[in-house]
Amino acid sequence: MRPFAYALAVGLATVQLASAALAADITGAGATFPFPVYSKWAEAYRKETGSGLNYQSIGSGGGIKQIQAKTVDFGATDAPLKPEQLTKDGLVQFPTVMGGVVPVVNIPGIEPGKLKLTGDVLADIYAGKIAKWSDPRIAKLNDGLKLPDANITPVYRSDASGTTNIFTTYLSQVSEPWKKEYGAATTISWPVGQGGKGNEGVTATVKQVPNAIGYVESAYAKQNKLSYALLQNKAGKYPQPDDKAFQAAAASADWKATPGFGISLTNQPGEEAWPITAATFILVHKDAADPAKSAAVLKFFDWAYKNGDKLATDLDYVPLPDNVVELIHQEWKDVKGKDGKPVFNM
Amino acid sequence: MPALTESIALGRTRSATARKAPSRSLDTLFRTCSYGAALLVLLVLAGILGSILYGGWPAFREFGFGFLTSSAWNVGTEQYGALVAVIGTVASAFLALLIGVPVSLGIAVYLTQLCPGWARKPVAMTIELLAAVPSIIYGMWGLFVFAPLFARYIQIPVSNLVEGMPIVGTLFYARVPSGVGVFTAGIILAIMIVPFIASIARDMLDQIPTVLRESAYGIGCTTWEVVRHVLVPQAAVSIIGAIMLGLGRALGETMAVTFVVGNANRLSASIFDPSSTIASRIANEFNEADGLQLNALMALGCILFVITFVVLIIARLLTRRVQAA
Repeated sequence: MRPFAYALAVGLATVQLASAALAADITGAGATFPFPVYSKWAEAYRKETGSGLNYQSIGSGGGIKQIQAKTVDFGATDAPLKPEQLTKDGLVQFPTVMGGVVPVVNIPGIEPGKLKLTGDVLADIYAGKIAKWSDPRIAKLNDGLKLPDANITPVYRSDASGTTNIFTTYLSQVSEPWKKEYGAATTISWPVGQGGKGNEGVTATVKQVPNAIGYVESAYAKQNKLSYALLQNKAGKYPQPDDKAFQAAAASADWKATPGFGISLTNQPGEEAWPITAATFILVHKDAADPAKSAAVLKFFDWAYKNGDKLATDLDYVPLPDNVVELIHQEWKDVKGKDGKPVFNM
Repeated sequence: MPALTESIALGRTRSATARKAPSRSLDTLFRTCSYGAALLVLLVLAGILGSILYGGWPAFREFGFGFLTSSAWNVGTEQYGALVAVIGTVASAFLALLIGVPVSLGIAVYLTQLCPGWARKPVAMTIELLAAVPSIIYGMWGLFVFAPLFARYIQIPVSNLVEGMPIVGTLFYARVPSGVGVFTAGIILAIMIVPFIASIARDMLDQIPTVLRESAYGIGCTTWEVVRHVLVPQAAVSIIGAIMLGLGRALGETMAVTFVVGNANRLSASIFDPSSTIASRIANEFNEADGLQLNALMALGCILFVITFVVLIIARLLTRRVQAA
């Protein structure tokens, strides 16, 4: 692994040198999920301030590796690092935007938002224990809905993905058998169904295959007008998967509990909370090797918190609540230059 | 202008002198260069093998021989096995040959023996254009266009027909009737390898001396007999070489297969069911892999290397036998 990481680092360093020669842009790499909103923000930011951002969406794992190797100014990941890991690598972690993961379905004759599922039923569908839509356990949740006597085709992400991590984290929380047998990870050994590559692949497969169920970022579900299912949350309610429900999940979470904000937003207790909500995170080094660059990174995200909400909601992302942003500003004081002073002053 | 003429003239004289007295040193230089080029390939190959062996070693050490025979692939519990991917790789490549080889040979024979002169060029060019299509285009076409049609008109009717039958029922029943799976991957791969095999086979058939063919016709052979008993045996060695080249491509093809193979880590007796290949698994997971998972992916790459190598050895043995016979 080491030589590979090294080769990657050298390759990236070359790219970075080349772009540094062009302009004093900040560079980041990582998660693909927030890529659309980061590029929109970067575009608007450049128009306003003249400084740019170069973001490579290479996946969360890649983002973590590259910030560890110090080849980028910031890393981005959908799966937050644990506090121990953050301390070990000397990193500061903070969330930027949130999104929800939505189960999408293609059942002939069923309209969007009509099908209701609970977490453990969803887990059993993906575990192959519930094989038909006409299963009594699904019928019990959906009184009056005519469900076909057809095999369910569960669709999952074939590529390793943060979305899968969020989805299986949720399944592990709501289903003991799932947790024991499959657990939560970026790739799972799915017992049934079929894999699609990327959100696009899952979307396309669900659209094409009758009686399929899949899971995608809410933005994809909305933009592709996919039929979605409602999920029962911890409070026993079936909220609509929209900004309000995602924000409710964020509001009821205890952000202060974990350093680095690495809390899971899945299965939050609020009445309105959508059960599969997640934030995406940024990683920067505590001891800034280049204080000006680190300050530029924080300045960019500070700008985004203040001015980026509209751009984010346009793309179906959910901005963070104000109280969380305040906590993040506190956290930023840990990013210090060689003189021991915070690189970014409010 | 006069200077140009002068230089051309000079150049001519120089090349003329070179022709008269061939330079020894140039010859040595040329020999060394070509020797170096050949050696470079070996070095690169050894380097690749070395690095994937080094990268995959922890996985081999952890699971031992069980890595080859286990069908588990679970990132959460760090259990890895290559069996499903190996079978998927071999099965899809085999299906590709099964479909692709007869078609390619048919094309080659048609183009060299039966095709009217005016149609030769356009048909040959069209076939070769197929080779220029990027593999991801094949993958997208396979997923968005071919798979739905295949599911609707072949997979679902066949599945309904054979459901419950012994043997046929297990082989052709699709649990996930979405149009993707090992069989679809085989078809897409077949389309991808046809231009390779067809154009090499055509070149080989073209090079067979006309006198051979004409004498066969002269003693009253039919076209079929000429092809069967004269042309094919003459070009057999090269045709096997062409098929092996196609097989190599089918074994290693990544993007197109990732799109249409269904990406499931399960053993299934049905060729209509989703599975995965070594290349598709690496493509899917490499980005986010870490630790033992990365080692296991490297080990998979190593196994693919060995499979391809074994295939080449078999090809060598085959050609030797054909040559001897």
